[in-house]
Amino acid sequence: MAQADVARVDVEEEVTRAVDAVSIRGVTKRFGSGDSEVVAVDDIDLSIADGEFFAMLGPSGCGKTTTLRMIAGLEFPTAGSLKIFGDEVGTLPPNKRPVNTVFQNYALFPHMTVLDNVSFGLRMQGVDKATAATKAGELIDLVQLGGMEKRKPSQLSGGQQQRVALARALVNQPKVLLLDEPLGALDLKLRQEMQLELKSLQRELGVSFVFVTHDQEEALTMSDRIAVMHHGRLLQVGSAEELYERPINRFVADFIGQTNLVEATVADGDMIVLGNGSKVLAPSDYAAGTQVAMSLRPEAISIGPRGSVPAEHRADSLDGVVSSAVYLGHALDYHVSVDWIDLEVRAPAVGSQGRFQPGDEVSIWWDRSSNWVVAD
Amino acid sequence: MSGITEPRGWTKGALTTTSWLVYFFFYAPILVLIIFSFSDSRNASVWGGFTTVWYSDFAADSELTGALWNSVRIAVVATLISVVLGTMSALALERFRFRGQRVFDALLYLPVIIPDVTMAVMLLLFFAQAAKWFGFPKGFGTIALSHIAFCISFVSIVVRARLGGMDDKLEEAAMDLYASRWQAFRHVTLPLIMPGILGGGLLAMTLSLDDVVITQFVTGGGWSTLPVYVFSLIRKGVTPLINAVSVVMLVASMALVALSLLTQRLRGDDAVRQS
Amino acid sequence: MAAVVERDEIDVEPFVVGEEATPEFEAANIAQERRRGFLIALPAYAYLIVFFAIPLLTVIVYSFATRDRFGGADLTSFNLDSYVDLNDELIRTIIVRSAGLAILTTLICLVVSYPFAYYMATRSETVRNIMLVFVMIPFWTNFLVRNYAWYVILGTDGPLSRVAEFLGFGPTRVLFTQAAVVLGLVYGFLPFMILPLYASIERIDGRLLEASRDLYATGLQSFRHVLWPLSLPGVIAGSILVFIPSLGAYVTPQVLGGTGTTMLGSYIVTQFLTARNLPFGAAMSTVLMVFMLAATIIYFRKGGRTL
Repeated sequence: MAQADVARVDVEEEVTRAVDAVSIRGVTKRFGSGDSEVVAVDDIDLSIADGEFFAMLGPSGCGKTTTLRMIAGLEFPTAGSLKIFGDEVGTLPPNKRPVNTVFQNYALFPHMTVLDNVSFGLRMQGVDKATAATKAGELIDLVQLGGMEKRKPSQLSGGQQQRVALARALVNQPKVLLLDEPLGALDLKLRQEMQLELKSLQRELGVSFVFVTHDQEEALTMSDRIAVMHHGRLLQVGSAEELYERPINRFVADFIGQTNLVEATVADGDMIVLGNGSKVLAPSDYAAGTQVAMSLRPEAISIGPRGSVPAEHRADSLDGVVSSAVYLGHALDYHVSVDWIDLEVRAPAVGSQGRFQPGDEVSIWWDRSSNWVVAD
Repeated sequence: MSGITEPRGWTKGALTTTSWLVYFFFYAPILVLIIFSFSDSRNASVWGGFTTVWYSDFAADSELTGALWNSVRIAVVATLISVVLGTMSALALERFRFRGQRVFDALLYLPVIIPDVTMAVMLLLFFAQAAKWFGFPKGFGTIALSHIAFCISFVSIVVRARLGGMDDKLEEAAMDLYASRWQAFRHVTLPLIMPGILGGGLLAMTLSLDDVVITQFVTGGGWSTLPVYVFSLIRKGVTPLINAVSVVMLVASMALVALSLLTQRLRGDDAVRQS
Repeated sequence: MAAVVERDEIDVEPFVVGEEATPEFEAANIAQERRRGFLIALPAYAYLIVFFAIPLLTVIVYSFATRDRFGGADLTSFNLDSYVDLNDELIRTIIVRSAGLAILTTLICLVVSYPFAYYMATRSETVRNIMLVFVMIPFWTNFLVRNYAWYVILGTDGPLSRVAEFLGFGPTRVLFTQAAVVLGLVYGFLPFMILPLYASIERIDGRLLEASRDLYATGLQSFRHVLWPLSLPGVIAGSILVFIPSLGAYVTPQVLGGTGTTMLGSYIVTQFLTARNLPFGAAMSTVLMVFMLAATIIYFRKGGRTL
């Protein structure tokens, strides 16, 4: 299965669809000059469809927030085209763009009440006080904060502040809603609740949400499609399934979910040679001799006593010794030492495989379709 | 201080006593002054029975009341102008980047560092030259101009602290919500720095009302402010009249501070606590 | 859930269309921001240049001028005479005395403020704020009045004298002595020492002192090895904030001091008002100012963070 073309295919598909909510072509952003020049965003092409829940994912400093700010108008691209529903907006200031942002720490106006905060955007557009108050009230009810209109942000909990930020943005009926790591400041339980609420809110409203996060689990949970960025470059765009099952390179494979990366060299179009010399069937498009890694998700590996490998998997198996075993409640997490490497294996807690202890001699095997070859 | 550090044993007693002594040191002289302003005696340091004659003498003394009125007028003018200029300079330094910014920053700090004697000398020579070349007379104008010169820096420092402590994302949020630069300033920035502006204004007014040396040097044409006048009285000969004048000045400063605290409370402390 | 607001219900101005971004646009935008910032700074900038920088230069220029017959300054002949004249025994005495009194004032302020600041830092938040307010109130009252209060107390037959008599010391007059000046300076500048010290101590994690106790240190050792070093930035900041104004003090020595206590400030003033030796006074002022600047730069390097 060809990996190198996965990202390309997405772009080509876009062209045939209806007008995209956000269309980014060749956008670059450079800060500073001369020796201190930093390329925050490096020539990216991106399309976000109307009504899509889209996430931009990557580690800190990868350029995802900068890209979001460029859509919002808080930064101007150094070069490239940025269109919102077909209209070029690259040079427009933020107050002239039909998008609104939910900021990381909510940026609620501390000296205004909840009602004044939410109606701010409408008032700035010239809507009269009464109408703005009514509309704002409706949104406040929508995010389930009815009754809190007169409170000030300092009197609200983190979760409530976040809803106010949402209402404040949505009341203006933006064509695209931008969210900059909005759930980062919440504790785990609240975050999970909000993830589901945001998802259902988006589905109800039908507006495109563009969401920036460094938490891959969050991105996978909520998004229709995800763009993975690193060092200012766009690595891969696709659905959660595409990114998880068919990562385009080593970084994406490692960043999304847990995986084992086994170093290998390409022997030919069908086989790779692992570090210990054993050959494994793994189709790829890379030239012979390329340094690659075989990506195996822990849950895709089966474990059993030494020699118990089923016949059909014998070519995709390795022998090793259990180095650690952790009981997670819902699963068992093993680390198995195989010759020169340590592989993580996740086995269901309930099953016929039984429990292994450190020191047990075991065999591990996987389905041929589960392995996936990636390069840098 | 985080963590439990309650002092133990004899240190606790020593520390508490020291603290009370410090407060006593601070307030006793003021109390003495107030008490002796009612003393019926020629000697300002001696108690000779209760009287309010000194206060009525103060009210009747046209030179004194004239000086008081001058002080107030100069303080108001100086405060208003230095608050505007100080706030503008704070905004320029905190929210923008421009050529010559560092020089401006340094220039703003100098009036704070310089001892008033030097500043008095500077302005004296400057206005003397100005008088020679442009015929600019010494008096109300020169005093006000001088006060503004040192007040701008203080206002700027206070407002800058306020601006620096403010979440700068707020202005971005305002623009994201369709506010123009000016609207963002008016509706978001200004309300949030207002406590700083008021604080700076209070500081400016206090400094202006307090000033002795600089005013003494740049005054002319019979213009006098209250502190300068009192200062010269002290050199000449002291009576409890000066005590009475001092108490009036004291009460005035306290009233000013109380007023500013009150306005802060009325405008809502939440904004203050947030930023 | 309430009804979802339908799109295009609100009558809003249709949005404007922009152009594609280019490096030129970005550069132009940055330039525009620069201009705006400069314009906003301009009024204050111009004001300070005219009424501060130029006067400053005037003093320096005058310090190189010659004293003329009328008690003014002859600006046509420049020389270093005034600076040479500074190297005079009287001047040296005055400088040493001023520096000495300023140092003494600083030390006394430090010794008095430290326990006070420490005590304040260990109180609850409410008590701390109340204590702070009561420290600040005298600061807001008129400076001249505060000095004058001591004038009243320390005079002959004044309250202090009465108390001393009562205690058997006989009538004492502290007024017009160096002690009176130091007292006045300490009184005036104590808040300037308390505030930075408090800010610095307040930031220290109290658990460090607890740990020190836990490791068998006595109170004194904890102070010497933990508390003092950690509070040093505040000590330095406070010391400079007290020393600098004390050195250039004018009002306090004039009110509370006598002929034997002439300090730098008063001496400079007499050059202008009485002795009419303008270049000499200008030279003294310049030297004083240069010294202050140097001291302040040290302050910003070592302790500037605590304010």
